[in-house]
Amino acid sequence: MVNVEVTPLPGIGTRQDFVSRAGRRIGVITYRDGRMELIVSREDDPDACTASIPLSVEEASALAGLLGAPQLVADLRKENDGLTGVHTKQLSVLHGSPFDGRTLGDTQLRSRTAVSVVAVVRAGSVHPSPRPDFMLGGGDALITVGTAEGLAKAADVLDRG
Amino acid sequence: MHESSIALIELGAIFFGLGILGRLAWKIGISPIPLYLLGGLAFGSGGLVPLTGVGEFTSLAGEIGVILLLLLLGLEYSAAELVTGLRRSWLAGLVDLVLNATPGAIVALLLGWGPLGALAMAGVTYISSSGIVAKVLGDLGRLGNRETPVVLSILVFEDLAMAVYLPILTAVLAGATLLGGLTATGISLVAVTLVLVLALRFGRYVSAIVDSKSPEVFLLRVLGAALLVAGVAQQLQVSAAVGAFLLGIAISGSTAENAVRMLEPLRDLFAALFFVVFGLNTVPSTIPPVLGAAVLLALVTTATKVVTGWWAAKRQGIGRMGRARAGAALVARGEFSIVIAGLAVAAAAVDAQLAALTTAYVLVMAIIGPLAARFVEPAMRLADVMPGVRRGRRGAARSEASG
Repeated sequence: MVNVEVTPLPGIGTRQDFVSRAGRRIGVITYRDGRMELIVSREDDPDACTASIPLSVEEASALAGLLGAPQLVADLRKENDGLTGVHTKQLSVLHGSPFDGRTLGDTQLRSRTAVSVVAVVRAGSVHPSPRPDFMLGGGDALITVGTAEGLAKAADVLDRG
Repeated sequence: MHESSIALIELGAIFFGLGILGRLAWKIGISPIPLYLLGGLAFGSGGLVPLTGVGEFTSLAGEIGVILLLLLLGLEYSAAELVTGLRRSWLAGLVDLVLNATPGAIVALLLGWGPLGALAMAGVTYISSSGIVAKVLGDLGRLGNRETPVVLSILVFEDLAMAVYLPILTAVLAGATLLGGLTATGISLVAVTLVLVLALRFGRYVSAIVDSKSPEVFLLRVLGAALLVAGVAQQLQVSAAVGAFLLGIAISGSTAENAVRMLEPLRDLFAALFFVVFGLNTVPSTIPPVLGAAVLLALVTTATKVVTGWWAAKRQGIGRMGRARAGAALVARGEFSIVIAGLAVAAAAVDAQLAALTTAYVLVMAIIGPLAARFVEPAMRLADVMPGVRRGRRGAARSEASG
Protein backbone atom coordinates (compact mmCIF):
# COMPACT_ATOMS: atom_id res chain seq x y z
CA MET A 1 0.00 0.00 0.00
CA VAL A 2 1.22 3.49 -0.81
CA ASN A 3 1.11 5.79 2.18
CA VAL A 4 -0.15 9.18 0.98
CA GLU A 5 0.58 11.96 3.42
CA VAL A 6 -1.80 14.92 3.49
CA THR A 7 -0.23 18.15 4.76
CA PRO A 8 -2.20 21.38 5.11
CA LEU A 9 -0.51 24.48 3.73
CA PRO A 10 -2.26 27.29 5.62
CA GLY A 11 -3.39 30.06 3.31
CA ILE A 12 -2.41 28.11 0.20
CA GLY A 13 -4.04 24.70 0.09
CA THR A 14 -2.90 21.16 0.74
CA ARG A 15 0.03 19.01 -0.24
CA GLN A 16 -0.56 15.31 -0.82
CA ASP A 17 2.47 13.20 -1.49
CA PHE A 18 4.09 9.83 -1.00
CA VAL A 19 7.61 8.47 -1.16
CA SER A 20 8.16 6.12 -4.07
CA ARG A 21 10.19 2.97 -3.79
CA ALA A 22 13.04 4.77 -5.52
CA GLY A 23 13.07 7.24 -2.65
CA ARG A 24 11.53 10.15 -4.55
CA ARG A 25 8.66 12.12 -3.09
CA ILE A 26 5.87 12.50 -5.65
CA GLY A 27 2.69 14.39 -5.06
CA VAL A 28 0.22 17.09 -5.83
CA ILE A 29 -0.33 20.55 -4.38
CA THR A 30 -3.97 21.54 -4.53
CA TYR A 31 -4.49 25.28 -4.22
CA ARG A 32 -7.56 26.67 -2.52
CA ASP A 33 -8.97 27.82 -5.86
CA GLY A 34 -8.62 24.30 -7.30
CA ARG A 35 -5.42 24.78 -9.29
CA MET A 36 -3.07 21.82 -9.13
CA GLU A 37 0.65 21.37 -9.26
CA LEU A 38 2.55 18.15 -9.73
CA ILE A 39 5.60 17.97 -7.50
CA VAL A 40 8.62 15.68 -7.64
CA SER A 41 11.29 15.80 -4.98
CA ARG A 42 14.93 16.41 -5.74
CA GLU A 43 17.20 13.41 -5.81
CA ASP A 44 19.95 14.85 -3.61
CA ASP A 45 17.59 16.60 -1.20
CA PRO A 46 14.26 14.84 -0.52
CA ASP A 47 12.97 17.91 1.35
CA ALA A 48 13.09 20.05 -1.79
CA CYS A 49 11.35 19.75 -5.14
CA THR A 50 13.08 19.44 -8.46
CA ALA A 51 9.89 20.43 -10.26
CA SER A 52 6.50 21.79 -9.49
CA ILE A 53 4.44 21.75 -12.63
CA PRO A 54 1.12 23.59 -12.83
CA LEU A 55 -1.60 21.41 -14.35
CA SER A 56 -4.99 22.50 -15.65
CA VAL A 57 -7.98 20.32 -14.80
CA GLU A 58 -7.84 18.72 -18.25
CA GLU A 59 -4.10 18.13 -18.01
CA ALA A 60 -4.44 16.59 -14.56
CA SER A 61 -7.12 14.18 -15.69
CA ALA A 62 -5.13 13.35 -18.81
CA LEU A 63 -2.12 12.49 -16.66
CA ALA A 64 -4.29 10.48 -14.30
CA GLY A 65 -5.69 8.60 -17.30
CA LEU A 66 -2.24 7.89 -18.72
CA LEU A 67 -1.08 6.53 -15.41
CA GLY A 68 -4.40 4.83 -14.73
CA ALA A 69 -4.83 2.84 -17.96
CA PRO A 70 -2.47 -0.02 -17.02
CA GLN A 71 -4.17 -0.02 -13.63
CA LEU A 72 -7.53 -0.52 -15.35
CA VAL A 73 -6.17 -3.52 -17.24
CA ALA A 74 -4.57 -4.88 -14.07
CA ASP A 75 -7.82 -4.51 -12.15
CA LEU A 76 -9.82 -6.28 -14.82
CA ARG A 77 -7.20 -9.00 -15.03
CA LYS A 78 -7.43 -9.56 -11.31
CA GLU A 79 -11.21 -9.61 -11.49
CA ASN A 80 -11.20 -12.17 -14.28
CA ASP A 81 -8.51 -14.26 -12.61
CA GLY A 82 -10.99 -16.86 -11.42
CA LEU A 83 -12.49 -17.33 -14.87
CA THR A 84 -10.32 -19.67 -16.87
CA GLY A 85 -9.86 -18.66 -20.43
CA VAL A 86 -10.90 -15.02 -19.98
CA HIS A 87 -8.19 -12.47 -20.68
CA THR A 88 -7.93 -8.71 -20.58
CA LYS A 89 -5.82 -6.80 -23.03
CA GLN A 90 -5.16 -3.29 -24.16
CA LEU A 91 -5.46 -3.01 -27.95
CA SER A 92 -4.49 0.06 -29.91
CA VAL A 93 -6.20 1.72 -32.81
CA LEU A 94 -3.23 2.94 -34.81
CA HIS A 95 -3.22 6.07 -36.90
CA GLY A 96 -4.25 4.96 -40.37
CA SER A 97 -6.05 1.90 -39.07
CA PRO A 98 -9.18 1.15 -41.10
CA PHE A 99 -11.23 2.15 -38.06
CA ASP A 100 -9.47 5.44 -37.42
CA GLY A 101 -12.45 7.78 -37.75
CA ARG A 102 -15.16 5.11 -37.74
CA THR A 103 -17.46 3.95 -35.00
CA LEU A 104 -16.90 1.09 -32.62
CA GLY A 105 -19.98 -0.59 -34.08
CA ASP A 106 -18.30 -0.63 -37.50
CA THR A 107 -15.58 -2.95 -36.19
CA GLN A 108 -18.18 -5.65 -35.41
CA LEU A 109 -15.62 -6.96 -32.88
CA ARG A 110 -18.31 -8.59 -30.78
CA SER A 111 -19.83 -10.68 -33.56
CA ARG A 112 -16.52 -11.43 -35.33
CA THR A 113 -14.28 -12.21 -32.35
CA ALA A 114 -16.57 -12.42 -29.28
CA VAL A 115 -14.37 -9.77 -27.65
CA SER A 116 -15.97 -7.04 -25.51
CA VAL A 117 -14.61 -3.51 -25.36
CA VAL A 118 -15.08 -2.42 -21.74
CA ALA A 119 -13.43 0.98 -22.04
CA VAL A 120 -11.62 3.30 -24.42
CA VAL A 121 -8.66 5.29 -23.17
CA ARG A 122 -8.11 8.39 -25.25
CA ALA A 123 -5.54 11.08 -24.54
CA GLY A 124 -5.39 10.06 -20.94
CA SER A 125 -9.11 10.02 -20.19
CA VAL A 126 -11.11 6.85 -19.78
CA HIS A 127 -14.44 6.38 -21.54
CA PRO A 128 -16.04 3.37 -19.85
CA SER A 129 -18.57 1.09 -21.58
CA PRO A 130 -18.42 2.76 -25.02
CA ARG A 131 -21.59 2.44 -27.09
CA PRO A 132 -21.55 1.14 -30.70
CA ASP A 133 -21.76 4.71 -32.00
CA PHE A 134 -18.53 5.67 -30.18
CA MET A 135 -16.23 7.28 -32.74
CA LEU A 136 -12.75 5.73 -32.71
CA GLY A 137 -9.61 7.66 -33.52
CA GLY A 138 -5.94 6.91 -34.09
CA GLY A 139 -4.10 6.51 -30.79
CA ASP A 140 -7.11 5.21 -28.88
CA ALA A 141 -6.47 2.27 -26.58
CA LEU A 142 -9.29 -0.26 -26.27
CA ILE A 143 -9.51 -2.16 -23.01
CA THR A 144 -10.85 -5.52 -24.15
CA VAL A 145 -11.98 -8.75 -22.52
CA GLY A 146 -12.17 -12.09 -24.32
CA THR A 147 -10.49 -15.40 -24.97
CA ALA A 148 -6.81 -15.45 -25.95
CA GLU A 149 -7.77 -16.48 -29.45
CA GLY A 150 -10.48 -13.85 -29.69
CA LEU A 151 -8.14 -11.13 -28.51
CA ALA A 152 -5.49 -12.05 -31.07
CA LYS A 153 -8.13 -11.97 -33.79
CA ALA A 154 -9.43 -8.63 -32.51
CA ALA A 155 -5.95 -7.13 -32.76
CA ASP A 156 -5.82 -8.25 -36.39
CA VAL A 157 -9.25 -6.82 -37.10
CA LEU A 158 -8.25 -3.46 -35.69
CA ASP A 159 -5.07 -3.41 -37.77
CA ARG A 160 -6.41 -4.64 -41.07
CA GLY A 161 -10.16 -4.26 -41.01
CA MET B 1 -11.85 73.11 -10.30
CA HIS B 2 -8.20 73.97 -10.58
CA GLU B 3 -7.35 72.26 -7.31
CA SER B 4 -9.03 69.01 -8.20
CA SER B 5 -7.26 68.88 -11.54
CA ILE B 6 -3.91 69.22 -9.79
CA ALA B 7 -4.89 66.46 -7.39
CA LEU B 8 -5.91 64.22 -10.28
CA ILE B 9 -2.65 64.82 -12.08
CA GLU B 10 -0.67 64.10 -8.92
CA LEU B 11 -2.62 60.95 -8.14
CA GLY B 12 -2.27 59.78 -11.69
CA ALA B 13 1.46 60.39 -11.57
CA ILE B 14 1.71 58.49 -8.26
CA PHE B 15 -0.17 55.45 -9.56
CA PHE B 16 1.68 55.42 -12.85
CA GLY B 17 5.01 55.75 -11.07
CA LEU B 18 4.07 52.92 -8.68
CA GLY B 19 3.16 50.76 -11.64
CA ILE B 20 6.59 51.25 -13.15
CA LEU B 21 8.30 50.63 -9.79
CA GLY B 22 6.23 47.47 -9.17
CA ARG B 23 7.14 46.03 -12.55
CA LEU B 24 10.79 46.82 -11.97
CA ALA B 25 10.73 45.21 -8.51
CA TRP B 26 9.32 41.85 -9.58
CA LYS B 27 11.63 41.85 -12.57
CA ILE B 28 14.71 41.97 -10.37
CA GLY B 29 13.13 39.54 -7.93
CA ILE B 30 12.39 41.73 -4.93
CA SER B 31 9.18 42.92 -3.30
CA PRO B 32 7.85 46.26 -4.57
CA ILE B 33 7.27 47.51 -1.00
CA PRO B 34 10.74 49.12 -0.58
CA LEU B 35 10.36 50.87 -3.93
CA TYR B 36 6.92 52.20 -2.93
CA LEU B 37 8.45 53.52 0.27
CA LEU B 38 11.24 55.16 -1.70
CA GLY B 39 8.65 56.66 -4.01
CA GLY B 40 6.85 58.10 -1.00
CA LEU B 41 10.10 59.44 0.42
CA ALA B 42 10.95 61.16 -2.84
CA PHE B 43 7.64 63.00 -3.03
CA GLY B 44 7.01 63.61 0.65
CA SER B 45 7.77 66.46 2.97
CA GLY B 46 11.39 67.41 2.48
CA GLY B 47 11.71 65.13 -0.51
CA LEU B 48 12.63 65.92 -4.10
CA VAL B 49 9.23 67.10 -5.32
CA PRO B 50 6.77 67.61 -2.44
CA LEU B 51 3.20 66.88 -3.44
CA THR B 52 0.30 69.04 -2.36
CA GLY B 53 -3.42 68.64 -2.55
CA VAL B 54 -3.76 64.86 -2.34
CA GLY B 55 -2.97 64.50 1.37
CA GLU B 56 -6.53 64.00 2.59
CA PHE B 57 -7.40 61.42 0.02
CA THR B 58 -4.16 59.48 0.24
CA SER B 59 -4.15 59.27 4.03
CA LEU B 60 -7.71 57.89 4.12
CA ALA B 61 -6.86 55.59 1.23
CA GLY B 62 -3.82 54.44 3.17
CA GLU B 63 -6.01 53.52 6.13
CA ILE B 64 -8.31 51.58 3.83
CA GLY B 65 -5.17 49.90 2.52
CA VAL B 66 -4.30 48.64 6.00
CA ILE B 67 -7.85 47.38 6.52
CA LEU B 68 -7.77 45.54 3.20
CA LEU B 69 -4.32 44.08 3.91
CA LEU B 70 -5.60 42.55 7.13
CA LEU B 71 -9.00 41.58 5.70
CA LEU B 72 -7.34 39.64 2.90
CA LEU B 73 -4.93 38.07 5.36
CA GLY B 74 -7.92 36.84 7.36
CA LEU B 75 -9.69 35.65 4.23
CA GLU B 76 -6.70 33.58 3.21
CA TYR B 77 -6.94 31.46 6.34
CA SER B 78 -9.85 29.33 7.38
CA ALA B 79 -10.55 29.10 11.10
CA ALA B 80 -9.76 25.39 11.03
CA GLU B 81 -6.35 26.06 9.48
CA LEU B 82 -5.59 28.65 12.13
CA VAL B 83 -6.52 26.32 14.98
CA THR B 84 -4.52 23.36 13.67
CA GLY B 85 -1.66 25.67 12.72
CA LEU B 86 -1.62 27.09 16.22
CA ARG B 87 -1.68 23.65 17.78
CA ARG B 88 1.27 22.52 15.66
CA SER B 89 3.43 25.57 15.82
CA TRP B 90 2.92 27.29 19.16
CA LEU B 91 6.36 26.37 20.48
CA ALA B 92 8.15 27.47 17.33
CA GLY B 93 5.92 30.53 17.34
CA LEU B 94 7.01 31.45 20.85
CA VAL B 95 10.68 30.98 19.99
CA ASP B 96 10.11 33.20 16.96
CA LEU B 97 8.41 35.83 19.12
CA VAL B 98 11.13 35.95 21.77
CA LEU B 99 14.08 35.84 19.36
CA ASN B 100 12.78 38.47 16.97
CA ALA B 101 10.86 40.92 19.16
CA THR B 102 13.74 41.31 21.60
CA PRO B 103 16.27 42.98 19.26
CA GLY B 104 13.75 45.65 18.24
CA ALA B 105 12.80 46.36 21.84
CA ILE B 106 16.45 46.59 22.94
CA VAL B 107 17.42 48.97 20.15
CA ALA B 108 14.41 51.19 20.94
CA LEU B 109 15.38 51.31 24.61
CA LEU B 110 19.02 52.05 23.72
CA LEU B 111 17.84 54.93 21.54
CA GLY B 112 15.91 56.24 24.52
CA TRP B 113 12.41 55.79 23.09
CA GLY B 114 11.00 54.36 26.30
CA PRO B 115 8.71 51.38 26.82
CA LEU B 116 6.20 52.60 24.19
CA GLY B 117 8.86 52.81 21.51
CA ALA B 118 10.18 49.42 22.61
CA LEU B 119 6.73 47.84 22.29
CA ALA B 120 6.31 49.25 18.79
CA MET B 121 9.82 48.32 17.59
CA ALA B 122 9.41 44.82 19.04
CA GLY B 123 6.45 44.37 16.73
CA VAL B 124 8.31 45.87 13.77
CA THR B 125 11.21 43.41 13.99
CA TYR B 126 9.08 40.43 15.05
CA ILE B 127 6.61 40.05 12.25
CA SER B 128 7.68 38.54 8.93
CA SER B 129 5.91 39.65 5.80
CA SER B 130 3.58 36.79 4.98
CA GLY B 131 2.86 38.46 1.63
CA ILE B 132 6.51 38.48 0.58
CA VAL B 133 7.20 35.02 2.03
CA ALA B 134 4.26 33.35 0.28
CA LYS B 135 5.10 35.04 -3.02
CA VAL B 136 8.78 34.12 -2.81
CA LEU B 137 8.05 30.49 -1.87
CA GLY B 138 5.68 30.24 -4.81
CA ASP B 139 8.11 31.88 -7.23
CA LEU B 140 10.97 29.63 -6.18
CA GLY B 141 8.76 26.53 -6.50
CA ARG B 142 9.17 25.63 -2.86
CA LEU B 143 5.52 25.11 -1.94
CA GLY B 144 5.98 21.36 -2.28
CA ASN B 145 9.03 21.32 -0.04
CA ARG B 146 8.94 19.59 3.31
CA GLU B 147 10.03 22.66 5.25
CA THR B 148 7.33 24.87 3.77
CA PRO B 149 4.52 23.82 6.15
CA VAL B 150 6.87 24.70 9.02
CA VAL B 151 7.38 28.18 7.58
CA LEU B 152 3.67 28.66 6.91
CA SER B 153 2.59 27.59 10.37
CA ILE B 154 5.03 30.06 11.94
CA LEU B 155 3.44 32.74 9.77
CA VAL B 156 0.01 31.63 11.02
CA PHE B 157 1.19 32.04 14.57
CA GLU B 158 2.59 35.49 13.81
CA ASP B 159 -0.63 36.63 12.19
CA LEU B 160 -2.69 35.48 15.16
CA ALA B 161 -0.19 37.13 17.47
CA MET B 162 -0.80 40.34 15.52
CA ALA B 163 -4.52 40.08 16.31
CA VAL B 164 -3.63 40.25 19.99
CA TYR B 165 -0.69 42.62 19.68
CA LEU B 166 -2.29 45.38 17.61
CA PRO B 167 -5.14 46.07 20.08
CA ILE B 168 -2.62 46.22 22.93
CA LEU B 169 -0.44 48.61 20.97
CA THR B 170 -3.45 50.73 20.02
CA ALA B 171 -4.65 50.95 23.62
CA VAL B 172 -1.22 51.72 25.03
CA LEU B 173 -0.51 54.32 22.36
CA ALA B 174 -3.82 56.01 23.16
CA GLY B 175 -2.37 56.62 26.60
CA ALA B 176 -4.14 53.83 28.38
CA THR B 177 -2.96 52.85 31.80
CA LEU B 178 -1.79 49.36 32.69
CA LEU B 179 -5.40 48.51 33.45
CA GLY B 180 -6.49 49.90 30.09
CA GLY B 181 -3.83 47.86 28.35
CA LEU B 182 -4.94 44.74 30.14
CA THR B 183 -8.57 45.44 29.24
CA ALA B 184 -7.63 45.81 25.57
CA THR B 185 -5.67 42.54 25.76
CA GLY B 186 -8.66 40.85 27.38
CA ILE B 187 -11.11 42.23 24.83
CA SER B 188 -8.92 41.19 21.90
CA LEU B 189 -8.27 37.71 23.28
CA VAL B 190 -11.99 37.19 23.85
CA ALA B 191 -12.76 38.62 20.40
CA VAL B 192 -10.22 36.35 18.68
CA THR B 193 -11.49 33.26 20.49
CA LEU B 194 -15.09 34.20 19.84
CA VAL B 195 -14.47 34.76 16.15
CA LEU B 196 -12.59 31.47 15.82
CA VAL B 197 -15.42 29.55 17.51
CA LEU B 198 -18.03 31.48 15.53
CA ALA B 199 -16.20 30.85 12.26
CA LEU B 200 -15.70 27.16 13.03
CA ARG B 201 -19.34 26.59 13.96
CA PHE B 202 -21.31 29.20 12.05
CA GLY B 203 -18.93 30.35 9.29
CA ARG B 204 -21.66 29.65 6.74
CA TYR B 205 -23.98 32.26 8.23
CA VAL B 206 -21.35 34.99 8.37
CA SER B 207 -20.51 34.22 4.75
CA ALA B 208 -24.21 34.29 3.85
CA ILE B 209 -24.53 37.86 5.12
CA VAL B 210 -22.03 39.20 2.59
CA ASP B 211 -22.52 36.66 -0.18
CA SER B 212 -24.34 37.56 -3.35
CA LYS B 213 -24.47 36.26 -6.89
CA SER B 214 -23.99 39.69 -8.37
CA PRO B 215 -20.30 40.64 -8.26
CA GLU B 216 -21.17 44.29 -7.79
CA VAL B 217 -23.43 43.68 -4.79
CA PHE B 218 -20.92 41.24 -3.35
CA LEU B 219 -18.04 43.69 -3.63
CA LEU B 220 -20.04 46.47 -2.00
CA ARG B 221 -21.20 44.22 0.82
CA VAL B 222 -17.77 42.79 1.62
CA LEU B 223 -16.08 46.17 1.47
CA GLY B 224 -18.89 47.79 3.44
CA ALA B 225 -18.82 45.09 6.11
CA ALA B 226 -15.03 45.37 6.39
CA LEU B 227 -15.06 49.15 6.83
CA LEU B 228 -17.98 48.96 9.28
CA VAL B 229 -16.32 46.31 11.42
CA ALA B 230 -12.99 48.13 11.24
CA GLY B 231 -14.55 51.43 12.23
CA VAL B 232 -16.46 49.93 15.16
CA ALA B 233 -13.35 48.06 16.29
CA GLN B 234 -11.35 51.28 16.20
CA GLN B 235 -14.06 53.03 18.21
CA LEU B 236 -13.71 50.26 20.80
CA GLN B 237 -9.94 50.80 20.68
CA VAL B 238 -9.35 47.28 19.37
CA SER B 239 -7.59 48.55 16.20
CA ALA B 240 -9.43 48.78 12.90
CA ALA B 241 -7.04 46.38 11.21
CA VAL B 242 -7.74 43.61 13.69
CA GLY B 243 -11.49 44.02 13.20
CA ALA B 244 -11.00 43.49 9.48
CA PHE B 245 -8.68 40.53 10.11
CA LEU B 246 -11.28 38.82 12.31
CA LEU B 247 -14.03 39.47 9.77
CA GLY B 248 -11.79 37.87 7.15
CA ILE B 249 -11.37 34.75 9.28
CA ALA B 250 -15.12 34.52 9.88
CA ILE B 251 -15.88 34.58 6.14
CA SER B 252 -15.11 31.13 4.82
CA GLY B 253 -15.35 28.68 1.96
CA SER B 254 -16.21 29.75 -1.56
CA THR B 255 -17.35 33.15 -0.32
CA ALA B 256 -13.85 33.80 0.99
CA GLU B 257 -12.31 32.64 -2.30
CA ASN B 258 -14.53 34.96 -4.32
CA ALA B 259 -13.86 37.81 -1.94
CA VAL B 260 -10.10 37.32 -2.28
CA ARG B 261 -10.34 37.26 -6.05
CA MET B 262 -12.41 40.42 -6.06
CA LEU B 263 -10.56 42.39 -3.39
CA GLU B 264 -6.99 41.53 -4.35
CA PRO B 265 -6.63 44.31 -6.94
CA LEU B 266 -8.27 46.77 -4.54
CA ARG B 267 -5.90 45.73 -1.79
CA ASP B 268 -2.87 46.11 -4.04
CA LEU B 269 -4.04 49.58 -5.01
CA PHE B 270 -4.81 50.86 -1.53
CA ALA B 271 -1.89 49.11 0.16
CA ALA B 272 0.49 50.66 -2.37
CA LEU B 273 -0.94 54.04 -1.42
CA PHE B 274 -0.48 53.16 2.24
CA PHE B 275 3.24 52.53 1.73
CA VAL B 276 3.55 55.73 -0.26
CA VAL B 277 1.77 57.71 2.46
CA PHE B 278 4.09 56.24 5.05
CA GLY B 279 7.03 57.27 2.90
CA LEU B 280 5.46 60.69 2.29
CA ASN B 281 5.20 61.32 6.03
CA THR B 282 8.78 60.32 6.67
CA VAL B 283 11.22 63.16 6.24
CA PRO B 284 14.18 61.76 4.26
CA SER B 285 16.72 63.76 6.25
CA THR B 286 15.72 61.85 9.43
CA ILE B 287 16.92 58.57 7.96
CA PRO B 288 20.73 58.94 7.91
CA PRO B 289 21.00 59.35 11.73
CA VAL B 290 19.21 56.00 12.28
CA LEU B 291 20.78 54.19 9.34
CA GLY B 292 23.40 52.53 11.53
CA ALA B 293 20.77 51.23 13.92
CA ALA B 294 18.67 49.99 11.01
CA VAL B 295 21.56 48.06 9.46
CA LEU B 296 22.51 46.59 12.83
CA LEU B 297 18.91 45.55 13.45
CA ALA B 298 18.73 44.10 9.95
CA LEU B 299 21.81 41.95 10.54
CA VAL B 300 20.72 40.74 13.96
CA THR B 301 17.11 40.02 13.02
CA THR B 302 18.15 38.26 9.83
CA ALA B 303 20.20 35.94 12.01
CA THR B 304 17.41 35.46 14.56
CA LYS B 305 14.85 34.57 11.87
CA VAL B 306 17.27 32.10 10.32
CA VAL B 307 17.82 30.53 13.74
CA THR B 308 14.05 30.36 14.29
CA GLY B 309 13.40 28.66 10.97
CA TRP B 310 16.39 26.35 11.35
CA TRP B 311 15.28 25.25 14.80
CA ALA B 312 11.62 24.79 13.85
CA ALA B 313 12.52 22.78 10.74
CA LYS B 314 14.98 20.63 12.66
CA ARG B 315 12.22 19.67 15.08
CA GLN B 316 10.23 18.34 12.13
CA GLY B 317 13.14 16.17 11.00
CA ILE B 318 14.08 18.33 8.00
CA GLY B 319 17.63 18.08 6.60
CA ARG B 320 20.27 20.82 6.83
CA MET B 321 19.51 22.41 3.49
CA GLY B 322 15.80 22.48 4.27
CA ARG B 323 16.47 24.05 7.67
CA ALA B 324 18.51 26.79 6.04
CA ARG B 325 15.76 27.36 3.48
CA ALA B 326 13.13 27.61 6.22
CA GLY B 327 15.24 30.14 8.09
CA ALA B 328 15.97 32.28 5.05
CA ALA B 329 12.34 32.21 3.95
CA LEU B 330 11.24 33.90 7.17
CA VAL B 331 13.68 36.82 6.92
CA ALA B 332 11.53 39.24 4.89
CA ARG B 333 9.76 41.99 6.82
CA GLY B 334 7.38 44.29 5.07
CA GLU B 335 3.79 45.42 5.17
CA PHE B 336 3.02 44.62 8.82
CA SER B 337 6.13 46.30 10.17
CA ILE B 338 4.99 49.43 8.36
CA VAL B 339 1.44 48.98 9.67
CA ILE B 340 2.77 48.87 13.24
CA ALA B 341 5.05 51.86 12.75
CA GLY B 342 2.20 53.70 11.05
CA LEU B 343 -0.01 53.17 14.11
CA ALA B 344 2.75 54.29 16.44
CA VAL B 345 3.60 57.40 14.46
CA ALA B 346 -0.05 58.38 13.96
CA ALA B 347 -0.58 58.32 17.71
CA ALA B 348 2.35 60.73 18.09
CA ALA B 349 3.13 59.03 21.39
CA VAL B 350 6.53 57.78 20.31
CA ASP B 351 9.70 59.35 19.01
CA ALA B 352 9.24 60.59 15.45
CA GLN B 353 12.48 58.86 14.49
CA LEU B 354 10.68 55.55 14.83
CA ALA B 355 9.17 56.14 11.40
CA ALA B 356 12.61 56.78 9.94
CA LEU B 357 14.12 53.70 11.58
CA THR B 358 11.23 51.49 10.45
CA THR B 359 11.41 52.84 6.92
CA ALA B 360 15.13 52.17 6.70
CA TYR B 361 14.75 48.76 8.36
CA VAL B 362 11.92 47.61 6.07
CA LEU B 363 13.77 48.97 3.04
CA VAL B 364 16.67 46.71 3.92
CA MET B 365 14.66 43.67 5.05
CA ALA B 366 12.20 43.63 2.16
CA ILE B 367 15.20 43.49 -0.16
CA ILE B 368 17.31 41.09 1.90
CA GLY B 369 14.40 38.68 2.51
CA PRO B 370 13.71 37.51 -1.04
CA LEU B 371 17.45 37.56 -1.84
CA ALA B 372 18.24 35.45 1.23
CA ALA B 373 15.57 32.94 0.25
CA ARG B 374 16.97 32.79 -3.28
CA PHE B 375 20.65 32.50 -2.44
CA VAL B 376 20.55 30.39 0.71
CA GLU B 377 21.17 27.15 -1.18
CA PRO B 378 24.34 28.23 -3.02
CA ALA B 379 25.53 29.86 0.20
CA MET B 380 25.04 26.61 2.09
CA ARG B 381 26.85 24.62 -0.58
CA LEU B 382 29.71 27.08 -0.46
CA ALA B 383 29.85 26.74 3.31
CA ASP B 384 29.90 22.98 2.92
CA VAL B 385 32.93 22.91 0.66
CA MET B 386 34.85 25.53 2.59
CA PRO B 387 37.59 24.10 4.78
CA GLY B 388 36.95 24.10 8.48
CA VAL B 389 33.22 23.65 8.11
CA ARG B 390 32.04 20.17 8.98
CA ARG B 391 30.30 18.52 6.06
CA GLY B 392 26.71 17.84 6.89
CA ARG B 393 25.46 14.31 6.94
CA ARG B 394 22.30 15.38 5.22
CA GLY B 395 19.60 12.76 5.21
CA ALA B 396 21.62 10.30 7.28
CA ALA B 397 20.35 11.53 10.61
CA ARG B 398 16.85 12.19 9.39
CA SER B 399 14.14 11.12 11.72
CA GLU B 400 10.62 10.61 10.42
CA ALA B 401 8.60 13.78 10.55
CA SER B 402 5.90 13.44 13.14
CA GLY B 403 2.53 15.13 12.87
